[in-house]
Amino acid sequence: MAEVELPVGGKAALSHQGLQALIEALVARGYRVLGPTVRDRAIIYDEIATIDDLPAGWTDRQDAGTYRLERRADKALFGYAVGPQSWKRFLHPPVEQLWQARREGNGFAITGPEKIASKFAFLGVRACELHAIAIQDRVFTQGPYHDTSYQQRRQDNFIVAVNCGEAGGTCFCVSMNAGPKADTGFDLALTELLDGDRHSFLVEVGSVLGGEALAALPHRPATPDESAAADAVVAHTARRMGRQLDTNGIKELLQDNPDHARWDDVAARCLTCANCTMVCPTCFCTTVEDHTDLAGQTAERVRRWDSCFTLDFSYIHGGSVRKENRSRYRQWMTHKLASWIDQFGTSGCVGCGRCITWCPVGIDITVEAAAIRASARGSREAEHGGT
Amino acid sequence: MTPTVVADPFVPAPYRVAQVRRETRDVATLELCPTAGERPAFQPGQFNMLYAFGVGEVAISMSGDPARMGSYVHTVRNVGAVSGVIAALREGAILGLRGPFGTAWPSQTAEGCDVVIVAGGLGLAPLRPAIYHVLARRERYGRIVILYGTRSPADILYHREIERWRRRLDVDISVTVDHADPSWHGNVGVVTKLIARSGFDPNSTIAMICGPEVMMRFTAMALNEAGVSSDRVYLSMERNMKCAIGLCGHCQFGPSFICKDGPVMRYDRIAEILAVREI
Amino acid sequence: MEGLERIVLSHPFFAGLEAELGQLVSGCARNLRFDLGTYLFHEGDAANEFYLIRHGTVALEIMPPGQPAIVFATEREGNIVGTSWLVPPYRWRFDARAAELTRAIGIDARCLRDKCEADHHLGYEMMKRFLPVIVQRLDEARLQLLDVYGQHGT
Repeated sequence: MAEVELPVGGKAALSHQGLQALIEALVARGYRVLGPTVRDRAIIYDEIATIDDLPAGWTDRQDAGTYRLERRADKALFGYAVGPQSWKRFLHPPVEQLWQARREGNGFAITGPEKIASKFAFLGVRACELHAIAIQDRVFTQGPYHDTSYQQRRQDNFIVAVNCGEAGGTCFCVSMNAGPKADTGFDLALTELLDGDRHSFLVEVGSVLGGEALAALPHRPATPDESAAADAVVAHTARRMGRQLDTNGIKELLQDNPDHARWDDVAARCLTCANCTMVCPTCFCTTVEDHTDLAGQTAERVRRWDSCFTLDFSYIHGGSVRKENRSRYRQWMTHKLASWIDQFGTSGCVGCGRCITWCPVGIDITVEAAAIRASARGSREAEHGGT
Repeated sequence: MTPTVVADPFVPAPYRVAQVRRETRDVATLELCPTAGERPAFQPGQFNMLYAFGVGEVAISMSGDPARMGSYVHTVRNVGAVSGVIAALREGAILGLRGPFGTAWPSQTAEGCDVVIVAGGLGLAPLRPAIYHVLARRERYGRIVILYGTRSPADILYHREIERWRRRLDVDISVTVDHADPSWHGNVGVVTKLIARSGFDPNSTIAMICGPEVMMRFTAMALNEAGVSSDRVYLSMERNMKCAIGLCGHCQFGPSFICKDGPVMRYDRIAEILAVREI
Repeated sequence: MEGLERIVLSHPFFAGLEAELGQLVSGCARNLRFDLGTYLFHEGDAANEFYLIRHGTVALEIMPPGQPAIVFATEREGNIVGTSWLVPPYRWRFDARAAELTRAIGIDARCLRDKCEADHHLGYEMMKRFLPVIVQRLDEARLQLLDVYGQHGT
């Protein structure tokens, strides 16, 4: 058992016991440890106390509009891709009170939101999810105004990433340069190694905090073979992506084709149910609701997740700017793959495939992008004139 | 544009209604004073989020003189639940205020140029601070032309102010209405009709337009036809506003956030997108 | 007549008109003055003349029954009033009232129509000038129709 701290980039081997010890150590340090677990026939993220809570021996079969859990032949703890939830439900909660107000005399007094109690440790964060968190970091903490509660949660956030051993049926992180290898943004990164009877984890240190945590766990230095095996796992996954998306010139492609016929085509299928925005790990739109009690004495402002697919989203006096399905789908997809680049310097998509899997009618963003690319005009030309 | 420092951009500060003036049957102008401390400085073109206790918030542009530090002035039209409550507030009432937010009219870029200000309907309100600003530094600008179009004579905003501006010898101001009865002795017709007879040098003009989006589009085109290039024309755009600080996604207009890339936007940067239906 | 010809040719509407054609047009022209409140023409009258406004303002209006007239356009110096004379049945469809003392050149419609019929070059030069005015007024009328400043104007 080594007591010396490994530097960033250092690799060690961890057993199941080591992983269990990690969870316990994090709990002992006051973290709420969140990780994958099976519930309601899906792998979701919730509090975990032991490694028995993890989805051992489960994998997911995903395709457009389809998600099924299946038993694996082995007992891999992380042998699935991604479920319907992403880590944004903890970092950017679906409902959050912003402040409360109380009438005082002719005016009112405002009290700020309750302080955030817990700090989060995430276990099992995929490379695409690391990128998604980084993307939301840019949105919430690198603009002219910062979301201070998000900032607080991220500051105290401990992340144990997992390199994917399985490529999901709808995954295309390779196309988006967002995986499958976790390369940055984590404290520790695990790669699960299964070889016959042997079942262990290669751990890579991603930060000083990660190195400190690892030092206190039962572990040993990784062998070159283990290191190579871990690399092979990732390489294998990279070759098995379920989807691919050509990002060459995608910004201009979408921004220059707002009147492409494909938008009408997808609009005929899209239910504007907003599932895609709920499951997407980078979608960040919210709305605020102002509530008051019956006596009109106290009020509060609550922020909740919203979706550009709702009719209300673009409402200004007189009506909604985006009335048609067509305009709303176009808004979502153009924002995700094109406008996001203008706004935040990167794509908004990490290729996790959730929007494809969880769309009830199986709309596939990679198929839509390819269809537009296949028959796009070079520039927006008027088709006919008029008076 | 770096934002002005705001106490806490999420939380409204209480402001007292110091004065109310009814402009027309559904429009009121409120003068708001902070209940404590100073009001933050603002630039013409910016807006505040005004909060009616328990009801909600609405984005309203400043329409007062930026040099008068004691208060904000906001002209509000009753078009919904929140604006209806705010437009009906009496003197002494308290409302919440967050701001200032957004980009400003290009008063500095316009120095040394002719200035053409075209207001449509309530669009005169967000332009009035720019007018005050420019008139207070008259010597820095060339010809100043103000064109104001509205529905009918009964809808004319800031009557006394307009008369005062008209009495100046160094400002060219014209008012037109879409229709009138014969007791109106002024112009009748769309505001763009006034452009042809306004004297300004299109090669050295900065134009600022505010009004309903349709009016801004046809005015921008008319200015182009009069020889003003699109990079010299500025519009004040409007979209659904919730957080006003670029975090909620509602105010997106193409790739721009109206709350931080706008509301004042240069026409050449948005002309193409303005023409797209339901963008 | 020479003074009138000069006035006709110097009006913005006829900018660039060849001198010969200017002579032809002036042959149909007369100098007019309308005091404040007088009508240039009424709805239903024969459209016998159209007007080049030199000074002043003309209000175009329609009179609904039982209500005050609605003014839907004002035309000032440099503009023209009257296009109904171009198209059968040559009848005015609205009223035109001098909103202030107005001086105008009146051009006899039948005289000009006959001359255009005889000289198509003159006719085409007239069309080239009238059509942009009509198109512009159509655009403006459509924009007014939108009532952009109305309660739900956007």
